[in-house]
Amino acid sequence: MEVDSVFYTDHSGRVHNNPLLDQLPSYQSLLYRRKSSNSGTKRRSSSRGRSGSSGSGKWGVSTVSRREEKQKSQMVQRPIRELATTMAEKRIHVTQRLEEARELSSLRQLRQSTRRHLRRLRDDAQAWLSWLKLWRGDIRLIEGMFGTGILSYFSFLRFLVMLNLIIFVLMFSFIMLPLIIAPHASGNITYTQKVGSVCSEYSGTARRGLVNFHEHITDLLSGGGFLERTYLFYGYYKVDKIHFPKATYNLPLAYLLVTIAYLFLSLIWIVKRSATGFKRNLIQDEDRFQSFCNKIFAGWDFCITNENAVRLKRSSLLYELRTDLEEERIKQKIADRTRKERCRIYLIRLILNLFVIGVLAACFYSIYAATIFSQKVQMDNIKENFIVDLIYEYLPSIVITLANFVTPLLFSVIINYEDYSPAFEIRFTLMRCVFMRLTSIGVLLFSLWSQITKCDNGPCVCGYNNKLYSCWETRVGQEMYKLTIFDFIIIVAVTIFVEFPRKLIVNYCDCGLAKWWGQQEFAIPQNVLEIVYGQTICWIGTFYSPMLPAICTMKYFFIFYIKKVSLINNCRPATRPFRASSSNFFFLAVLLIGLALACVPVTFSMAQINSSHACGPFVNYNTSWEVLPTTVSKLPGGIQKLLLALSSEAFAVSFFVVTCLAMFYVIALAGAHKRVIDQLREQLAMEGRDKRFLIQKLCQAQRLSAIKSPVSKSQPCISSPSYHTSFSNNFNEAVFLAHSPPASSTHV
Amino acid sequence: MGNKQTIFTDEQLDAYQDCTFFTRKEILRLHGRYHELAPHLVPMDYTNEPDCKVPLALIVNMPELKENPFRNRIVESFSEDGMGNLSFNEFVDMFSVLSEMAPRELKAIYAFKIYDFNVDNYLCKEDLEKTLNRLTKEELTPEEVQLVCEKAIEEADLDGDSKLSFADFENMITRAPDFLSTFHIRI
Repeated sequence: MEVDSVFYTDHSGRVHNNPLLDQLPSYQSLLYRRKSSNSGTKRRSSSRGRSGSSGSGKWGVSTVSRREEKQKSQMVQRPIRELATTMAEKRIHVTQRLEEARELSSLRQLRQSTRRHLRRLRDDAQAWLSWLKLWRGDIRLIEGMFGTGILSYFSFLRFLVMLNLIIFVLMFSFIMLPLIIAPHASGNITYTQKVGSVCSEYSGTARRGLVNFHEHITDLLSGGGFLERTYLFYGYYKVDKIHFPKATYNLPLAYLLVTIAYLFLSLIWIVKRSATGFKRNLIQDEDRFQSFCNKIFAGWDFCITNENAVRLKRSSLLYELRTDLEEERIKQKIADRTRKERCRIYLIRLILNLFVIGVLAACFYSIYAATIFSQKVQMDNIKENFIVDLIYEYLPSIVITLANFVTPLLFSVIINYEDYSPAFEIRFTLMRCVFMRLTSIGVLLFSLWSQITKCDNGPCVCGYNNKLYSCWETRVGQEMYKLTIFDFIIIVAVTIFVEFPRKLIVNYCDCGLAKWWGQQEFAIPQNVLEIVYGQTICWIGTFYSPMLPAICTMKYFFIFYIKKVSLINNCRPATRPFRASSSNFFFLAVLLIGLALACVPVTFSMAQINSSHACGPFVNYNTSWEVLPTTVSKLPGGIQKLLLALSSEAFAVSFFVVTCLAMFYVIALAGAHKRVIDQLREQLAMEGRDKRFLIQKLCQAQRLSAIKSPVSKSQPCISSPSYHTSFSNNFNEAVFLAHSPPASSTHV
Repeated sequence: MGNKQTIFTDEQLDAYQDCTFFTRKEILRLHGRYHELAPHLVPMDYTNEPDCKVPLALIVNMPELKENPFRNRIVESFSEDGMGNLSFNEFVDMFSVLSEMAPRELKAIYAFKIYDFNVDNYLCKEDLEKTLNRLTKEELTPEEVQLVCEKAIEEADLDGDSKLSFADFENMITRAPDFLSTFHIRI
């Protein structure tokens, strides 16, 4: 005899539910959702193991089904393809709906058919658009081989290619295009000139006379020489206004506005892309984030078709589950720590964090020193030989790359001694690496600026060091250009000279070193940091070098293919798998940090540092930002007053206060919703328990009444108060259940 | 469309487009795939709705399903007779539910069916253990399997009957962040 009196098992081992449970409204609506068949008399059960409860339940079923038909007519018609029925029934539905439609008025018919056609049109358009997507076939291949975690990296790369392309189109159409078409559209270009001032002498590094071939290569790699006075850099755009026959084009204003526009566009696009992931992250419990259920039911990637990948996925799932069990054990251990142990751990953590800060400071200082040394060498024009020259030019990039290579290794060693839980370890190391990478660019720019704004004797005459940096924006642009090129070279070199040999060694050499080194893992976080680093440089550098986005587009384009080839040939997926859902959010969060970091130097240099008087569109203004107030002052009075009001302090403060209020309101709303969700969840659990309890009581009561009076089966047992109160709401059911003969229950 | 295909009538294709998440081209392509599973069994002309079913063994060998540990359960859940023999309607239905455009609720319903090995409308401990063993190919120790299943039921069970009903499952799956992206097969 079963301990659980509610669920009975057959001799065949299949579970027969109590027919009472079949008749519960919640189960009926579930059945309805699964099989919304019109016929109320036929009650084919959806699960094959159940016995048909048609015997006892006929009257009850028809009562229920009548109510459902009423329900259905009131229900909004869902699209047929979203119903969970078999195909045959869906097609019956289609014909039924068509028949129903014919009975409706012609207006309604028209509306329905237009809706259907629109939906079909939208599906076709979506299919066509997805066919146009770049690298569709390649990404599908990668998905099949390595699953959705690594796929997210490659779709992130594709997103960056599109973003850079759009930024370049923006820069091109507003800054370069007017210059190019001016002679053809009979435009008259007025150049910027500041005559007489000592600041406006431009001594570029253009080479004269016979130029060696290797000097061309140096120029190409460093952005100097023949590349300096081209569209590539800021200094070339020495244009004040372009007078077309019908209008005047204010190029400095366009330059400033396009800079602001591309930063905003990037922000909006990234936020839009990360909205879904962010929402999902907010709803979930922090603790249950990588829960067991998620791993069991949503852990297997149904897309994987490759045998190797299947094996790897299985081992990574195994690893994850074991790590989770381990994590539970560690949590227990942490909770059991004594005070003495805790003090010891905190002391160790403090020391190690100080050590990390010391390492970071040392790296930053070396970047600073390298930058200053490199600038000095370039200024003094010391030429030793080709290779050494290049090294001097690239010294900051080399130091940054070395620092970014060494520090992650150091961090991953240090974190082992800090005794955190595994999940937190990963996140914390990642945070440290992100900080290192993005701050190194900041240090480079800071050291550049300290050079630019430092003059020999006291404050600078022109606001910047015009002797060394007659056109400092071009110089900054050149540094950014060098960083980009060097980054690309390093990625290619590491792939060719480290990953391929590693694969050969591991495959063909049998020594201990090969076994210890192991095959290359595609470490997603490090790769993502690499490309975010490149994108941050691009954002900073676009103001000083308008063609940089195009260079970055091509760079990412080639990186895609290089990484794909390397992945397929050399790598195996990481043993520490990276979840697809959290990874999308992680990529975009790091990208947002990069964007925020990129905005700081750009705004600072636009607003604070005097623009150079020898080159560029802002010769006639003190700072680049000044172009905006000057233009506003030339606008008609009404608009001017409006814009001045918008930029006044009163407006800014009140806008800030209103935004804060809105934010508090939304946070309070979110908190209230979370509380409601928790309450409802508890209620749901409680209701389920109530239901089981009541059904148990009911079965007991039925059994008792059957034992007591086996003859008078039809006598309604309304006297028992236990189920009377519970079913007082559903009187139909109560009456029906009272009439149901106990012998019809499917067990003896 | 201008091209003349003789596999389906236009009404049939319209009906398929309404009932699935596929476009006309994709449905025709699916028919091609279905046909090449059993060329002698599946007619090329479907205008008069022939009643042929491809057996489980052939479907489960498709490259998209071959490496899936749940391939048998998937095919069985979509077959009318429960034995895994799919007609073309059921074949298309299966891939439509598993495509990336199907909504979460629909996928949840079928995921529940797939993971319910003993077909009793509940995910009991045995179902979970079978799922886990298929996922890890029995490389976890029995104690670990027990522990994991216990924790999973603890997390998702709302009504306290130590098994997961569909309501529990659906509630849990809405909070599972990876479900939509992993529960999909490309064809």
